[in-house]
Amino acid sequence: MTFTAGIDVGSTYTKAVILNDSQEIAGRALNNTGFKLADIARRTFEQALSEAAQKSSDISYVISTGFGRHMVEFSDLAVTDLTASARGANFLFPSTRTVLDVGGQTMKASLLDVNARVKSFRLNDKCAAGTGAFLEKTARYMGFSTTEIGPLVATSKQAVPISGVCAVFAESEVINQLSLGAAPADIMHGAISSLVDRSVQLMKRVHMEPAFTLIGGILRFETMARLVRELLKAEVNVPGGDMVQFTTALGAAILGHQRLRKLADTKPA
Amino acid sequence: MSYAAGVDVGSTQTKAVIIDESRSIVGRSLIDTGANVVTAAETAFAEALADAGILEPEVEYVAGTGYGRYRVTFGNTQVTEISCHGRGAVQMFPGTRTVVDMGGQDTKAIRVNAAGEIADFCMNDKCAAGTGRFLGAASAALDIPLAELGGVAMKAQHPVRISTTCTVFAESEVLSWLGKGKKIEDILAGVHQSIAARSIGLLRRVGIEDEVTFTGGVARNIGMIEALNRGMDLKVNVSEDSHFMGALGAALFALDHIVASRSPVFSEAVV
Repeated sequence: MTFTAGIDVGSTYTKAVILNDSQEIAGRALNNTGFKLADIARRTFEQALSEAAQKSSDISYVISTGFGRHMVEFSDLAVTDLTASARGANFLFPSTRTVLDVGGQTMKASLLDVNARVKSFRLNDKCAAGTGAFLEKTARYMGFSTTEIGPLVATSKQAVPISGVCAVFAESEVINQLSLGAAPADIMHGAISSLVDRSVQLMKRVHMEPAFTLIGGILRFETMARLVRELLKAEVNVPGGDMVQFTTALGAAILGHQRLRKLADTKPA
Repeated sequence: MSYAAGVDVGSTQTKAVIIDESRSIVGRSLIDTGANVVTAAETAFAEALADAGILEPEVEYVAGTGYGRYRVTFGNTQVTEISCHGRGAVQMFPGTRTVVDMGGQDTKAIRVNAAGEIADFCMNDKCAAGTGRFLGAASAALDIPLAELGGVAMKAQHPVRISTTCTVFAESEVLSWLGKGKKIEDILAGVHQSIAARSIGLLRRVGIEDEVTFTGGVARNIGMIEALNRGMDLKVNVSEDSHFMGALGAALFALDHIVASRSPVFSEAVV
């Protein structure tokens, strides 16, 4: 049995996936990234290894990805998260042409060709208003933690309009709405809605085509996918459960197997 | 003797200034705006009256300014804070042609003529990058009081380069520099330089003409004064009363009104 690993060091979470050669996930792990990228990458890798009941020497190829990919000392290759997420999305949903990845500090849209190669992409990593940080701030202004966002917004009946122009200015907007008697759930709903507007703008800029696959930590909130679906008036694919967070690490592990096959092919007979 | 007052209700702090007919400040006060804007305006005005040692009826005219100017219930008129900062800055430093006003939530670049009238202005109203909030984020991340940030930044030997634009991301960048073992003063100097650079960008859009006067709450920050001076290669005017500049401008507009109401033309019209 040959194993590969994909390590995705994101701005907020670090994810690791161990994949066997029947393309089955043998182990995975997730941790808060923090500020010691090299350490957290190693620790997350070790946790995934122990879940897979393998040793690091059993892993034939390690590909790192994500914003901290160059800090992963034990990786054989570093690829961009766009490349890795394209591969992961294609694996889970083979008809994928457009990938939207909404993470803690970035939002990315990419258009893929039939071979799951990235044809064009747009990203926002300059402004928190287009990322998960916007939702985190909005929740915090109202005294909720990020883990409470999902359950909170599930109780909302109607979104309160939140402009979503700036995550800092959102504070006064939120306080204003609260003082007018708006429910926190409806304000949160409005914040997600403004994030969805921004996502769709980004997807338009890569000239999106169906099928659409949505990934990234923010897609854990079902409201996000539902609102995208409503706005696009089209079906969207969302990996089940917490796989939305692991799609990019999975893609990196798949690329690892491809790389091994290529290396085997080019080996002189 | 009659008096005029200006009340500047800002997003973070409310300022009140009382002037006499010779345009000298006789009373001032500064309080946190808090949640109740109306009360903040009343309290600031009452404290300025007490500071001046006069009673409310002695103030003939009150002008409100700042984002909460329409909540100054006792105000006789309202003037935008841009007009007030321009007017106040020229009163205090007559050579002023450019004003940079840095407040809690916005930064404004204003170009004025010799009379303190606005020739052009520009502000960041869509994004908190490059405003006082950026300092607030650094203060929270490093657990250093806002008032001490500038002094610490002045000790820097090798300022770091802050690469993030967004105030939200700046907080994590500050922590990541700390994680990499950078000195606090070097990180803070980087933060000040980054804010200064964005403000200078705004100033260039209206055109930088000497003299430049620095107003608003952040003008009390010595590190920001230094960063602006270096960034523009000149020396900005800063007054002890820099954060009262908007309120002073409003009081001057109020005084204009008092003087105009006494002019013979006006009196004849009344008669």
